[in-house]
Amino acid sequence: MTDEPANDHTLFRIITVFSTLSVLSIGGANTVIPEMHREVVSVHHWVTGSQFADCFAISQAAPGPSMLIVALLGYGAKGWLGGLLATIAMIVPAALLMYFITRVWQNAEESRWRIILQRGMAPITVGLVFASSYLIAHEADHSWKGVLITAAAAWILTATKVNPLIVMTIAGILGAVGWV
Amino acid sequence: MNNGSPVPLRTLAWEFNRISISSFGGGLSAWSRKVIVEDRGWLNDEEFLSALTICRVMPGANQINLAIYVGAKLRGPWGAFIAVFGLCCIPVLITLGLAVVYFKYHHEPSLQRVLQGMAAAATGMSLSMGFKTGGRYLHQPIALTLALAAFLASGVFHLPLLLVLSILVPLGALWGLRETEKGKTS
Repeated sequence: MTDEPANDHTLFRIITVFSTLSVLSIGGANTVIPEMHREVVSVHHWVTGSQFADCFAISQAAPGPSMLIVALLGYGAKGWLGGLLATIAMIVPAALLMYFITRVWQNAEESRWRIILQRGMAPITVGLVFASSYLIAHEADHSWKGVLITAAAAWILTATKVNPLIVMTIAGILGAVGWV
Repeated sequence: MNNGSPVPLRTLAWEFNRISISSFGGGLSAWSRKVIVEDRGWLNDEEFLSALTICRVMPGANQINLAIYVGAKLRGPWGAFIAVFGLCCIPVLITLGLAVVYFKYHHEPSLQRVLQGMAAAATGMSLSMGFKTGGRYLHQPIALTLALAAFLASGVFHLPLLLVLSILVPLGALWGLRETEKGKTS
């Protein structure tokens, strides 16, 4: 969105801003959304506040991890190169940390503490899955029709082998004709 | 599971690509489970769930972290790299494409409506994963309590994840210890 004369300074700032957010993004990109908003909108003016909100919605709907919102923001800041660099900066630092932890955990495959911990964490994770469903439902379901679509999709995808893409497509069409 | 012939790197890239392009708006965990646990058997349900919690606690997108976990388990560092590449490559291109379109026409209401319908269905998909993995805890009161506590703390009371886990994981481990002692066979 900025029309400043091409400067490598912006690209450099993109790398530092998003790689810092990467390390901070404990629990996924959604936890750093407020901080990201501050940096991108208030500090650097790469996009406006309403553009930020739209980018968030698009990244939720698009395939892939929702942290790819950074590709949209980077593009808004500095075009293709900005989008690409923002994505790489957001992925790499956290990925290196995760790789390290993964090796430690996987080397303990046969150990007793890991088996016990693994068993104990499983039901907690189930609770967290329901928690995030509940939070998304707040964002996604604005009407009883939305709730109905959510309930129907949950039932179909639990009880049948219907391909989720078909369910998504039908829901998208329902939205398009203004039913939601 | 993965002894003998190792999983080819292109299979890893392909399956993670399949996960990412099939998932819209938050259905990623559900898709990952389907591919990793049901279709390929790379992890069992219990390891999948515990891996998912590790992925949530660590910085980074849960799905990218899961790709690193599975890739590293099957094929070491290259496996991790290839899995992440497979997961992100097409979505990044699509997202950049959407960025081009969006920054050109960002006032289109019909687009908003389609996205609304899909978001509602994506929520249902996320729920279905909870039902599929959680069903077996219905008859285990302690496990059910742990799940309920996690749901309330995180979903309803919005407590920070690290706080929730630092309380619940030790309790879960105690329960896990008891279960392991009780039935060495299960």
